[in-house]
Amino acid sequence: MSAPPAAASQASIAPGAAFIFKKALISALVALVLFSLMIGVRTEAGPQGQLIYWTRFGDLAAIVGVVFGGSIIVELLRQWWGPVGTIRVVPPAMQNALSIAGRLVAPVLLIFTFLVPVIFYNQRYILDLGILVLTYVMLGWGLNVVVGLAGLLDLGYVAFYAVGAYSYALLATIFGLSFWVCLPLAGILAACWGVLLGFPVLRLRGDYLAIVTLAFGEIIRLVIINWQSLTGGPNGVSGIPRPTLFGIPLTPGENGLAAKLGIEFSPTHRIVFLFYLILALALLTNWVTIRLRRLPIGRAWEALREDEVACRALGINTTTTKLTAFATGAMFGGFAGAFFATRQGFISPESFTFQESALVLAIVVLGGMGSQLGVALAALAMIGGFELFRGLDQYRMLVFGIAMVLLMIWRPRGLIGHRAPTVFLERNQAISSDLVKEGHG
Amino acid sequence: MDYFAQQLINGLVLGSIYGLIAIGYTMVYGIVGMINFAHGDIFMIGGFIALISFLVLVSLGLTAIPLILLIVLLVSMAITALYGWTVERIAYRPLRHSFRLAPMLSAIGMSFVLTNYSQIAQGARVKPVPPIIRGGYMLHEGAGGFIVQLSNVQVLVVVTTVVLLALFTWLVSRTRLGRDMRACEQDQTMAALLGVDVDRTISMTFVIGAALAAVAGMMYLLYYGLVDFFMGFVAGIKAFTAAVLGGIGSLPGAMLGGLAIGLIETMWSAYFSVEYKDVAAFSILIVVLIFMPTGLLGRPEVEKV
Repeated sequence: MSAPPAAASQASIAPGAAFIFKKALISALVALVLFSLMIGVRTEAGPQGQLIYWTRFGDLAAIVGVVFGGSIIVELLRQWWGPVGTIRVVPPAMQNALSIAGRLVAPVLLIFTFLVPVIFYNQRYILDLGILVLTYVMLGWGLNVVVGLAGLLDLGYVAFYAVGAYSYALLATIFGLSFWVCLPLAGILAACWGVLLGFPVLRLRGDYLAIVTLAFGEIIRLVIINWQSLTGGPNGVSGIPRPTLFGIPLTPGENGLAAKLGIEFSPTHRIVFLFYLILALALLTNWVTIRLRRLPIGRAWEALREDEVACRALGINTTTTKLTAFATGAMFGGFAGAFFATRQGFISPESFTFQESALVLAIVVLGGMGSQLGVALAALAMIGGFELFRGLDQYRMLVFGIAMVLLMIWRPRGLIGHRAPTVFLERNQAISSDLVKEGHG
Repeated sequence: MDYFAQQLINGLVLGSIYGLIAIGYTMVYGIVGMINFAHGDIFMIGGFIALISFLVLVSLGLTAIPLILLIVLLVSMAITALYGWTVERIAYRPLRHSFRLAPMLSAIGMSFVLTNYSQIAQGARVKPVPPIIRGGYMLHEGAGGFIVQLSNVQVLVVVTTVVLLALFTWLVSRTRLGRDMRACEQDQTMAALLGVDVDRTISMTFVIGAALAAVAGMMYLLYYGLVDFFMGFVAGIKAFTAAVLGGIGSLPGAMLGGLAIGLIETMWSAYFSVEYKDVAAFSILIVVLIFMPTGLLGRPEVEKV
């Protein structure tokens, strides 16, 4: 991590108590002006439709006080921590221990995940949460192909999720196709949409690409809302069939799986089945990604992420490279969408807002962009964190936004933050890949 | 024909509002090279502050409408400008030397913060205000009894926009600050070597952009008579489209793009379908970026290796 020279020189002057106090006072003053009208005065539409307002100066004073105290604490912490960008030397013994632990995390986590339905069989809540986390792990791994490997910032990933979900929902409710027929179809359709999006944005780079994918995601959502005859508009699609174990339904009836196996029926069976289904899908995503990384196409993705111009100079076809990245990522999004539809039994455009795209992107970034294990841990942390704030529903997105900003300031490279290319020259150059401008494609 | 003339007027007014927001995008992109994703939410905050200060002033017993409007304008510009400054200070300045995607992601986070902050602070319901400026002019009465109208609000919006744009063009082309801004746009390191305070100049860019967004927010409030916490997102993307259409980095371009987007949106709603007006605006963004990435008045971006 390279430190901005300005920050280092500022921090080298040891500030005294008066300085800290002055800084906190300024922060409090700024906060007072910022929040004076927005917090101090609350407006609401009255019973006759005219606006009424009441004051909340107590809240305002409390917030200003918190800002004052908080900025003193932050300043003290900053002094204690020392200048930003100092390289902290980790003792070799600890480094070894960390690397061993790092190698063990993935298998342990995988075994634990397999055992979750066994351990928590009677706790429906944990199983549901596990399914949710795995869905986001899968989405994160899918988006990781586009963002983490190919370096194409995609803010409209939820569009493919929506395409997958609506493909399954409509094919199943209109044509009565089974889940296992629809799953590949949903993936293929989503991949087609990925190529469709990929073609026009081939020439764009960086921020422009991000904003176009965002617009694309919004267009898909708006079309779903407005094309009422097909999608049911804002009311969504309901009565989506539940998945079957290759044709055997998980119902209490004669033909049900429980009756065939001769065990007593329990609604938990379906939850456990769904859990292993999404686990299998997620592991498929992971396996395909890992394999693809070792193929020429995966190497080309990474090269594209590092430097598009050099890539083209080396004769890599950037068109196919980008399109395959989009298509692969979209396909996994489509799989996840089909799974989402069958799990919920009901889908509506509300599930596919920009917030979802941002959440998945935040998972990928938090996971360190390109690290499979990092993405899984990030999804666990993110969704688990969201669950912790369940009681404070309206503060959830606020905290999410703050976390995203703080994460970018403190650890812009994510939690597991070393993004090294899979292949590199034996003799390292003076400039590490971390310093090279990225997202350049 | 009368119907078309009326839509032309409506489109130009809407376009003025988009143009004011688009200037903020285009300036920040020109200097820092990032999309200020939170700018649409700054616009929304501006609308809220205008609403609240208006309410407070009326309940304090002020009755002179022009005086109220002037105070509301100044208050909302000042406070929203401080929001712009704070957002830059907290979320963007520490990331100036970070990797390329970091400011963008931080800006998305900031946009969530602002949206949800105003939802929590002011509630999720739409806030309506009664029409503050009434009356207007009848321009032409058509054969079928269709009357082309120009309301006083529309005049106010367009006049304010033109005045601010003139003021702003003067600021950028004639003052010390404007020169600093143009210097930073070309080469920040060189500008710093020559004694330009880069940090301060970038802060001022955000402050000016936010102040203009506040004006847009207030105009939106006067024109549509409502604000809600979610209005920043779509308005932000459309204004960004306007900035791209006009050529990002170019101030007259932003205004031109704003007018074009306003006209296209109004005409689309009038002649095709209201439901798909946002789809039309977003499609324009995609089409422009593909076929005309430099926009109407932009300079081509040369990539250096």
